[in-house]
Amino acid sequence: MPQLTRIYLDHAATTAVDPRVLKAMLPYWTEHYGNPASLYDQGRGAAEGLNRARKQVAGILGCNDNETVFTSCGTESDNLAIRGVTTALRSKGKHIITTTIEHHAILRTCEQLEQLDGYKVTYLPVDAMGMVDPDDVRKAIRPDTVLISVMYANNEIGTIQPIAEIGAIARKAGVVFHTDAVQAGGSLPLDVDQLNVDLLSLSGHKFYAPKGVGVLYIRRGTPIVPIQTGGGQERGMRAGTSNVPYIVGLGEALVLAHQDREQEQARLVALRDRLIKGVLTLVPDSCLNGHPMRRLANNANFIFAGIEGEAVQMKLDWAGIACSTGSACASEEAEPSHVLVACGIKKLLARASIRLTLGRENTEEDVDRVIEVLPPIVQGIRDLSPIYSVGMLS
Amino acid sequence: MYTDKFIEHFQNPRNVGVMDTPDAYSRVGSPVCGDFMEVYLMVEDGRIQNISFRTFGCGAAIASSSIATEMVKGMTLDEAMALTDDDVVAALGGLPDPKLHCSNLAASAIHKAVEKYIAEHAVADAPAES
Repeated sequence: MPQLTRIYLDHAATTAVDPRVLKAMLPYWTEHYGNPASLYDQGRGAAEGLNRARKQVAGILGCNDNETVFTSCGTESDNLAIRGVTTALRSKGKHIITTTIEHHAILRTCEQLEQLDGYKVTYLPVDAMGMVDPDDVRKAIRPDTVLISVMYANNEIGTIQPIAEIGAIARKAGVVFHTDAVQAGGSLPLDVDQLNVDLLSLSGHKFYAPKGVGVLYIRRGTPIVPIQTGGGQERGMRAGTSNVPYIVGLGEALVLAHQDREQEQARLVALRDRLIKGVLTLVPDSCLNGHPMRRLANNANFIFAGIEGEAVQMKLDWAGIACSTGSACASEEAEPSHVLVACGIKKLLARASIRLTLGRENTEEDVDRVIEVLPPIVQGIRDLSPIYSVGMLS
Repeated sequence: MYTDKFIEHFQNPRNVGVMDTPDAYSRVGSPVCGDFMEVYLMVEDGRIQNISFRTFGCGAAIASSSIATEMVKGMTLDEAMALTDDDVVAALGGLPDPKLHCSNLAASAIHKAVEKYIAEHAVADAPAES
């Protein structure tokens, strides 16, 4: 691979650890290495780190310290929310409401509950821009509904859902409401009272903390049982010795992300819109997926009609640009993104999607380089395509 | 993960294009749920004198299309019919396991074009032409 300045545009997949976060974590490997449950010095040091992180997270979420549970990742947070609440309420009912565009951490979990435990799950549709209609949530609620789970912002197309509005509907109906905020963490306001949520999942590595640590916010009084049992860590909600360095990193990273959140979001929106405008202007037969306004500040997701996304991804990689595609042909059948299909995009076009997600280190020069490099790459792959014809999207 | 040979063929695919009056033409695959390739053949004296292709698919599909057309150019029809998926992968210097199936299109598309040529030219080709 040629040596060139690499531009990372896949921040929705993961982010680099912020050096300030790494610095905060370092003492917790060799100095404060004790088990935070131990009462001697090394343990006290670890417990202080754990408690500080908990206060940091609670400060951003606007909740009490004892309403946070540290987990190993966003997927675990989602599993704990869904399995924990449904198990606690299994005598009340076996109906769950969620959406067709959730992350697989939610969808696969719900599917298993359907298959193994006889749950009924309503998968709410979305409109062409990926929006859930709160009224659909209201209509889907039944007497046996025990949980509603709707993601805050979509990981693929960046569409932001009306979580507070859906939360108000859930509360009025007396149904527990969870949001998967993994993609929103560090970017959108996370005040759980304003969002009207009972449970909220976060994952550290989406906001410059390391991979392998997450949070589940659980509103006091929410019916839930642990799914990982053992010692009494995390007030019994998540057994297992606390991963103190990573938790310290998550707390620090969340505070840093929210310190200058509004300023950084405005910067990213400007970069994102420059990227979207440039690409749509210079690549014919292209369109933007998701909502034009209600989308994450860092997310641009395109369709380039007539080609396969992975070929573009590979060419961009060799040009020094990292991005992702909704089309992964790692399996025999190249199944396009379930999110794009849910938005009503034809499978053939859904295979032609490319997601570019900006982050803290990206500059206007990075965006301009993509705008320069991408159009000839798409044209080159279209020259090979037996299905592309000029004007096929119009 | 990918060999230099692969990169060379993906970045600069050979024999790309459409022929206006090919001796045979084939389309294989489905662009909706898999890869899709079309092959154009020119045949002279029982040999593939010229070949071109277009492919909708990932990098592995494109690179294997390119190298397969390069391999069969100049081959007799029988030799081209003997080309296997493994031959194509070997010529690329291997592919990552999840990508192996993406290379299966090229040999099939070439075989189908050759079969169509044979079916359409069976009578005409029997006597040697001047």
